[in-house]
Amino acid sequence: MGERIGIEVSQAIAEAAMLSNVDVIAAYPITPQTHIVEHLAELVASGELDAEYIPVESEHSAMSACLGAVATGARTFTATAGQGLELMHEVLYVASSMRLPVIMSVANRALSGPLNVWGDQSDLMSVRDTGWIQIVAANGQEAVDNVICAFAIGEDRRVLLPVMVHVDGFYLTHVIEPVIMPDREEVDRFIPPYDYPLPLDTEKPVTMGAFAPPVLYPEAKKAQDVNLRGSMPVILEHWDRFGKAFGRQYGPLEHYRSEGAKTLLLTMGSIGDTASAAVDKMRDEGKDVGLVQLRLWRPFPFAEFRNAVRDADLLVVVDRAISFGGPGGPFCSEVRAALYDEEKRPKVTGFIAGLGGRDITVAGFEDMVARGIEIAETGTDQEYEIYGVRE
Amino acid sequence: MSELAVNSEKTRENHPLGEYLRTDRFPHIWCSGCGLGIVLSAFIRSLLNCGLALDKVAVVSGIGCTGRAAGYLKLDSFHTTHGRAIPFATGLKLANPELEVIVFSGDGDLAAIGGNHLIHAGRRNIDMTVLCVNNFTYGMTGGQFGPTTPSAARSTTSRAGNVENPFNMVGLAAASGAIYVARWTTAQVRQLERSTTEALQRKGFSFVEIISPCPTYYGRMNRQPTGLDQMRYYRANTVVKHFASPHEVGVALGGQIVTGKFIDTERPYLPHPQEGHDGA
Repeated sequence: MGERIGIEVSQAIAEAAMLSNVDVIAAYPITPQTHIVEHLAELVASGELDAEYIPVESEHSAMSACLGAVATGARTFTATAGQGLELMHEVLYVASSMRLPVIMSVANRALSGPLNVWGDQSDLMSVRDTGWIQIVAANGQEAVDNVICAFAIGEDRRVLLPVMVHVDGFYLTHVIEPVIMPDREEVDRFIPPYDYPLPLDTEKPVTMGAFAPPVLYPEAKKAQDVNLRGSMPVILEHWDRFGKAFGRQYGPLEHYRSEGAKTLLLTMGSIGDTASAAVDKMRDEGKDVGLVQLRLWRPFPFAEFRNAVRDADLLVVVDRAISFGGPGGPFCSEVRAALYDEEKRPKVTGFIAGLGGRDITVAGFEDMVARGIEIAETGTDQEYEIYGVRE
Repeated sequence: MSELAVNSEKTRENHPLGEYLRTDRFPHIWCSGCGLGIVLSAFIRSLLNCGLALDKVAVVSGIGCTGRAAGYLKLDSFHTTHGRAIPFATGLKLANPELEVIVFSGDGDLAAIGGNHLIHAGRRNIDMTVLCVNNFTYGMTGGQFGPTTPSAARSTTSRAGNVENPFNMVGLAAASGAIYVARWTTAQVRQLERSTTEALQRKGFSFVEIISPCPTYYGRMNRQPTGLDQMRYYRANTVVKHFASPHEVGVALGGQIVTGKFIDTERPYLPHPQEGHDGA
């Protein structure tokens, strides 16, 4: 069993990539992701990690270099944040549609303008439809464990998809947390050797990414969607294997005092820890409030989600991104869509909070729950509310 | 009045160039020993030397320590996304040729993520002045090596020394088609001011590289731990060779720094003056 140590989460993520025996890393520095690739550079320089480290000239090049590497059958890792993820955007689609399992950790950051390097999930939401499997970590341990799981999931022949592991910029990347770092042998046993079925190989030439006219393109896209949806049982299988091997069980959702609660807070990412403290406080005051955190953003866990909120009367969904002019925060929109066809469905109130590194406090969650209850009783003509912003 | 506001007011009153600075954004983020203050002051003085109407001046910067200059200047300015200062400035100049357009950015922004834009702006000979502050590293993100970092230099991503070859920025600008190319260090303030003044007066793509200390990362990791150490190194190792071939003046780790005006020529530029777009 690995040892529990105090470690900066960025460093822990880098070490998780090292434990996963990554072959190639291509990256470009960007706050707040930099410590991850900086530590990987140190590990390569010291000889602890036998890998190629390519410090390219932009994120667009980073993701492109990763695709080149992964297409030859190399295990490939990168990390980015905010604007960097935006610059990678077009290449992200190529990774998923060509079934190239790059593993990437994203230090979630607000998007320009105005320029802001602090944490929110605007970047995460902007890549929602790129076809990657997306796991959102709520703390350092989840980040480490899910980077390791990401290699096992993404490289599984039944999946062969790129995987993003999201960690909140600064809130997670720059804090020192107690983390159990798995042993190298344990990780070796957990992640099977990477065996890409169709590597670029001069002996057996293949063409990737070739032109697909209308007679072919829709079938390719349907196949991609079927593949991503079909990855769900494989993801669960690897999480179960991980639970058995390491004693930490993950699922698409995390429940906290949610059993039978009439009001449920819904969060993604590190704000869940603060929300759980708010739930404790409200429970102590006799309020019937619980918390459900979403860990698996893509593929969206529809069945588990509907089941988790079945007994609630009210959902208070907290988004850390805006869909400008749209139906609400992207998380809240999906929650509403997932419930629309249900016969008995809870009321859903959406809040947008914590943009650009603005803290959401325990009192903030209490306020949003109180306001959510008020809206549920009195109604509102607004699709959502932006919490805690000066007029 | 808050302490911050009082300090801001004092800076505005006491700094000789205070009226051209957004002192309400102070204290600035630049480290002690950084060369950016020297470059910014020299730039403001060269603007004043040119006698330009300041409401016809626009400063564009990208991301990084140098990029913050756009926010500290009391001029029209735009802090763009990483690497895109030059294309933004191109749009600005073509849409409003009356503007004097200056790109004020760093080597990481102009040579790496924005490298493509630099060579194409040179090729088109867009009438703008690019001030490239070169500290040989990505300072803002913590001292990683980049495309200007000399071979063998240490950085947070090249602990055992950089194995790549760097760009020689003046050679790159010259090869791309710049009509004015110069290099100075922050230890040559008067030459820098004169050269920047000339660059602003030229019609076409002007490029001035300013070699500048980053003691926090580049200096500290390469045996020059203070800004003063780096300035002493410049003083001891800089030569002036006007019109030396810009292709033969690369800067090696600890080596000689050849400075001067390397190119000062003319060729047709954009926006085309015959169409009534002469910015003069």
